[in-house]
Amino acid sequence: MNIMSADLTPERLSNLRRLEAESIHIIREVAAEFSNPVMLYSIGKDSGVMLHLAMKAFYPSKPPFPLLHVDTTWKFRDMITFRDETAKQLGLELLVHTNQEGVEKGINPFDHGSSVHTHIMKTEALKQALDKYGFDAAFGGARRDEEKSRAKERVFSFRNASHGWDPKNQRPELWNLYNARVAKGESIRAFPLSNWTELDIWQYILTENIPMVPLYLAAKRPVVERDGMLIMVDDERMTLQPGEVVEEKMIRFRTLGCYPLTGAIESDATTLPDIVKEMLIARTSERQGRLIDKDESASMEKKKREGYF
Amino acid sequence: MGVLEDTLDGALASSEAVAAYVAAQEQKDQLRFLTCGSVDDGKSTLIGRLLYDTKLIFEDQLAALERDSKKHGTVGEDIDLALLVDGLEAEREQGITIDVAYRFFATDKRKFIVADTPGHEQYTRNMATGASTADLAVLLVDARHGLQVQTRRHAFIASLLGIRHVVLAVNKIDLVDYSEERFDEIRKDFETFASGFDFESLVAIPMSARFGDNVTAKGGNMDWFTGPTLLEHLETIEVGEHELEAPFRFPVQWVNRPNLDFRGYSGTIASGRVAVGDEIVVAGPAKTSRIKQIIAPSGEVEEARAGEAVTLTLQDEIDISRGDLLSAPSARPDVADQMAAHLIWMSEDALLPGRSYLLKIGAKTVNATVTEIKHNINVNTFEHVAGKTLDLNEIAFCNLSLSSDVAFDPYEANRTTGSFILIDRMTNQTVGAGMVWFALRRATNIHWQALDVDRKARADKMGQQPAVLWFTGLSGSGKSTIASLVEKRLHAEGRHTYTLDGDNVRHGLNRDLGFTDADRVENIRRVGEVAKLMADAGLITLVSFISPFRSERRMARDLMGEGEFIEVFVDTPIEECQKRDPKGLYAKAEAGEIKNFTGIDSPYEAPENPELRIHNVGRPPEEVADEIVAYLRARGFLSVLGMDGDGI
Repeated sequence: MNIMSADLTPERLSNLRRLEAESIHIIREVAAEFSNPVMLYSIGKDSGVMLHLAMKAFYPSKPPFPLLHVDTTWKFRDMITFRDETAKQLGLELLVHTNQEGVEKGINPFDHGSSVHTHIMKTEALKQALDKYGFDAAFGGARRDEEKSRAKERVFSFRNASHGWDPKNQRPELWNLYNARVAKGESIRAFPLSNWTELDIWQYILTENIPMVPLYLAAKRPVVERDGMLIMVDDERMTLQPGEVVEEKMIRFRTLGCYPLTGAIESDATTLPDIVKEMLIARTSERQGRLIDKDESASMEKKKREGYF
Repeated sequence: MGVLEDTLDGALASSEAVAAYVAAQEQKDQLRFLTCGSVDDGKSTLIGRLLYDTKLIFEDQLAALERDSKKHGTVGEDIDLALLVDGLEAEREQGITIDVAYRFFATDKRKFIVADTPGHEQYTRNMATGASTADLAVLLVDARHGLQVQTRRHAFIASLLGIRHVVLAVNKIDLVDYSEERFDEIRKDFETFASGFDFESLVAIPMSARFGDNVTAKGGNMDWFTGPTLLEHLETIEVGEHELEAPFRFPVQWVNRPNLDFRGYSGTIASGRVAVGDEIVVAGPAKTSRIKQIIAPSGEVEEARAGEAVTLTLQDEIDISRGDLLSAPSARPDVADQMAAHLIWMSEDALLPGRSYLLKIGAKTVNATVTEIKHNINVNTFEHVAGKTLDLNEIAFCNLSLSSDVAFDPYEANRTTGSFILIDRMTNQTVGAGMVWFALRRATNIHWQALDVDRKARADKMGQQPAVLWFTGLSGSGKSTIASLVEKRLHAEGRHTYTLDGDNVRHGLNRDLGFTDADRVENIRRVGEVAKLMADAGLITLVSFISPFRSERRMARDLMGEGEFIEVFVDTPIEECQKRDPKGLYAKAEAGEIKNFTGIDSPYEAPENPELRIHNVGRPPEEVADEIVAYLRARGFLSVLGMDGDGI
């Protein structure tokens, strides 16, 4: 038996180390139990942490599954650049899927609103991609602290053959024993970050120095104020409404999605520690920046029943 | 405490200060606890209060809460804190908590993960789910009502699931005028009652979740109470780490082979510690080696401990795969194919002894059957009662038989290597949760007698290939008539055959069995085993049983060799069977003279993919028998050793 220095064996694992170990356990379990898993990569901070954990889980091997990005064609340009660089740098297979029917019909957030756009370009597109490749498990970076219906969702969340979630008929989930059995066509959405909070995520990013899309950091960017939110003018497809003026402001984003649907906050936080500091005094939860959750307070549950992540 | 609003601008003025703050946060540990109590005890309000007081509620959530309070709230003009927690639509509408919800809050000392579980007896499974990962339980009682049946039930389930620390939250103390006498009375009642459970710590706290007294801050009306507030207690309690002191256990989750030079075993250390150079043993085959490398999430390390997810490499090349358990050689786990365990049933479909389920323990999944229910446990009185089946939310002490040897520990010694789930093979639902009590030694004392004359030798001698033709279908479908004709034809060809007929077997081997679901399962299990012996003897065996359940036919199929089991579904519609009614049984069943009659008041689960599906309405049975013999011939069962099937 080797003699260990005392500081290598603290009496309890710290919160972050315990979360890290739990997530790695979940990721390995999915890889071992399913024949064709995929990792949904949304390019945001949670996806970034999840991917970082997957790299650790299988080191020195690569994660034995591809990444999948559902591209609505309305993501920030910086996100797409970051996505491609990340996959290249890590040497991982990246699948990108866009709902071509939606593109042909010209579905966009400006004319069709957030609800229709999200349903067709995200939910439907995701289902298309899962069916196309026949994935029997898909990792998502959702956390239980994000939203009330997520708080009750399992780590291994069962989806029927049409990708629907039935909140009243979830499999009991005990200890760290996950039931991975599915019939043909059915699948599991696996959520390795279930027990992380937003603060845990930022602390881990800071501790581990995980690369993030620059949009999380404050910079001068062109924005207009619309429906009480600051919307960044990311490309020429955004047309101004009467009275709207494009202004250069120091802004950053707390969550990233489709640029026309993602509100910025004014901020001077130009470094990761600045973000953590800002977050600690924040009095607004992160999803407020997303238009899609505002319609009704049970809207997330409704979307998830339909197959949304 | 909590979010640092007050001191923040001072303390976190610089990036360095933030980095230092984050470093401190990294040392913060985690406590997982569950709250239980009935709907009216104010459990959701308590959690809402904890979130609210530790400032985990954001302004927009508060605004949403005010809207919801007006719509669904139950506390008049006040904000209803319970609405923060009751997430799903149905719950908000019905005002009850029907599923486990996980909540998070943190102080400077700890991060807390709260499993909020429902209190009603019909949600025992949900409470067990929340308890399975908790270090501590907060049991709520309403100060007006004192200990209830459910308080006892919750204490029992917490204890059964291995929770060692309990807080008795005597809530709504404001409604008994902050009475010290009342609190003492309830506390003493509970201490007396709980002395039978092996709790390491038990702390009672008087509180008002609605007004916040003694939740996160001392209540102004209870100077007589000198103990800690709930939050103080949760922040400081040492829950210890039993798993750290237990012997090294490592269920192998994943074999990591990026190239020929590296062979690692990935998994989460279930208990104990491991260091480079330590000797380990693979439970079961008892092969030993030494640890060469430990790769932790942070990189290569010299030592790792319980709870860490690592990859180990060994000094020797030994055959290890997913599901194996690496252990300390000085303290090895049990290895057996039989065990006694407590089982919590979680499915609407009752547990049937004899039925085959999948059992997942660690990273290993095997077939398992409950061979005997020793007793059921009344969750309210803890009395042992006799039981033949186990229904939703019931708990029993059972013997289980597994399809192969598995390594495990008693649950009391190790929550990870002593816990398992049962999965229904047809629906894939998680139907049961089990806690190993001990290994049954029977397995090690009855050895397989190796026989020199084996099944192939016997079959060769007969010049045939054994098969089990399993006829299933409703009573009156024509199974026995067809089976009998098939046997005659095979016999005429010189084949060695035997027929097991449902009615006949029930006169002898199975005459102790009735027609309940449990007895039907046992009926088929025995016949399956007999058919297997017949096949071993080299015979072409014809089984003619209604065998209404898919699970049992599947179990019989699994007993036989690859390709030996031929399921013949005699698919005669029930209307036709009723018309034929050769034994007058349908008439009796409809008159209520026979109970549990398949097709009338007991279900028939039709095969989904039988090898043969027979439609015999309007066809002479001889023609059907010819069809089956032709099938056997085409599949090669009737031509062995180069001999033609037309005769020997």
